Amino acid sequence: MAKKRVVLSFPPELTEKPLTYHLVKDYDLAINILKAKIIPGEEGSLVVELSNGSMEKIKEGLDFLVRHGVSIDPLSKRITLEEEDCIHCGSCTAVCNSGALKINGDGRLVFDRDECIVCELCVNACPMKVIKVTF
Amino acid sequence: MAVTKTYEEINEKIKSGKVVVVTAEEIIPMVEAEGTVKVLEKVDLVTTATFGPMCSSGAFLNFGHSDPPIRMTKVWLNDVPAYAGIAAVDAYIGATEGGENQGMTYGGAHVIEDLISGKKVRLRAISYGTDCYPKKEIETTVGLEDLNQAYLFNPRNAYQNYSVAVNSTDRIYHTYMGTLLPHFGNANYSSAGELSPLLNDPKYRTIGIGTKVFLAGGEGYVAWEGTQHNPAQQRNERGIPVSNGGTLALIGDLRGMKRDYLRAAVFHNYGISLYVGVGIPIPLLDEEMVRYVSVSNKDITATVFDYGIQRRSKPSLGTVNYAQLQSGEICMNGKKIPTAPISSLYKARKIATELKELIQNGKFTITAPVEQLPYRDGVKPLREEV
Repeated sequence: MAKKRVVLSFPPELTEKPLTYHLVKDYDLAINILKAKIIPGEEGSLVVELSNGSMEKIKEGLDFLVRHGVSIDPLSKRITLEEEDCIHCGSCTAVCNSGALKINGDGRLVFDRDECIVCELCVNACPMKVIKVTF
Repeated sequence: MAVTKTYEEINEKIKSGKVVVVTAEEIIPMVEAEGTVKVLEKVDLVTTATFGPMCSSGAFLNFGHSDPPIRMTKVWLNDVPAYAGIAAVDAYIGATEGGENQGMTYGGAHVIEDLISGKKVRLRAISYGTDCYPKKEIETTVGLEDLNQAYLFNPRNAYQNYSVAVNSTDRIYHTYMGTLLPHFGNANYSSAGELSPLLNDPKYRTIGIGTKVFLAGGEGYVAWEGTQHNPAQQRNERGIPVSNGGTLALIGDLRGMKRDYLRAAVFHNYGISLYVGVGIPIPLLDEEMVRYVSVSNKDITATVFDYGIQRRSKPSLGTVNYAQLQSGEICMNGKKIPTAPISSLYKARKIATELKELIQNGKFTITAPVEQLPYRDGVKPLREEV
């Protein structure tokens, strides 16, 4: 299945338009909203995962958004863990709602990047400062 | 006739290589399967360990005298103030002290970690000058090898149990118990549970003043009762405090310590702390000690407190046990709350195993306490004048 994670930025006047509706209806895309910040009158931001369609459908959907003034950036921010300096305390797992950071059976921290939605809460939660956001 | 063992007999076995040591996790199924009498015949020592943030830590350093000499009145190490209100070239660098130019990102704990990692630190000191110590200023670099003495002296380590922290409010709280999400979004705990030293010797029979310990990779000793030592804490049916109980003041040479077991920490919007690795061997002197060390996570109760209430006495929401806490989820008032540890069970296990191997190889002997830890009243609050 084709999948793409992108960051959508909406100018203030667009936050009133039902653009995601058209992505579902016209382009047959499943939309998983990973992170959202929409406040009336301000630029809105959505981190979404688009899937179900072919890559072509996803591209067409994104082109539709661009035509309507949405700017699209790849989800290029990544969380990185400097493993050799990690003490496996588990403090980061306290804030990881997506379940990307977990303590496994032998007590070690494991990081599943595919589950990570780059909410960045773990960056401050790590007392060793070994979790970083990279671009 | 019931079997008993003495410290001397166990040390003889260590020297002759015949000692039988297991970790505090390994002993649990053994006692379950074979009972206390059989295990007492077989096993001599149980290793316990913990690796968690212990703010009440720091190191005494002696820098040696310059020529002409200086009576240091104020001292900084890598811009972190150290307490110099003792003799001329003695200072105490506290773990939680923040750097003057680096705020919450580098502090006393980092200085200590740098020193044991073999790094040089910048020493700056000032003085008013005296007839016997005329020099008024000094700036140089020092490493562990340059110092006359450098030893950790931690007023409060190895807490016997601790609170479980939750947050009832509608905003994130940044605490020494980590990040607490709003609306009971998580529950953070900090104890190695069944592996933790004082939970395996709940009445302080074998852990007392003078007990030799594994301290951050080197050897150390229990120097005194720790600050806020609270043996009078309410106890469960196994005699285990249901929240903060006893504590230990530990001392040990920085030389020989390893960065693996001593790490500076920064708790966001709270401050600096030091993760300290502590391992303590518990001798199985008699059946009572076997019963103590056979304690398992389900027998150890911890009390959940609402850290969203910014008062000394936080409301308790009830109790849970460490089996539940380590399962990743607890249930409070009908609500499922994900749990997370702040102390490292992985490192605690490494310490318990390393200490076991040191003892098996005859490199670590045990000591009887020269004095028991006090077993008396609890902790006094601080009254303010109105």
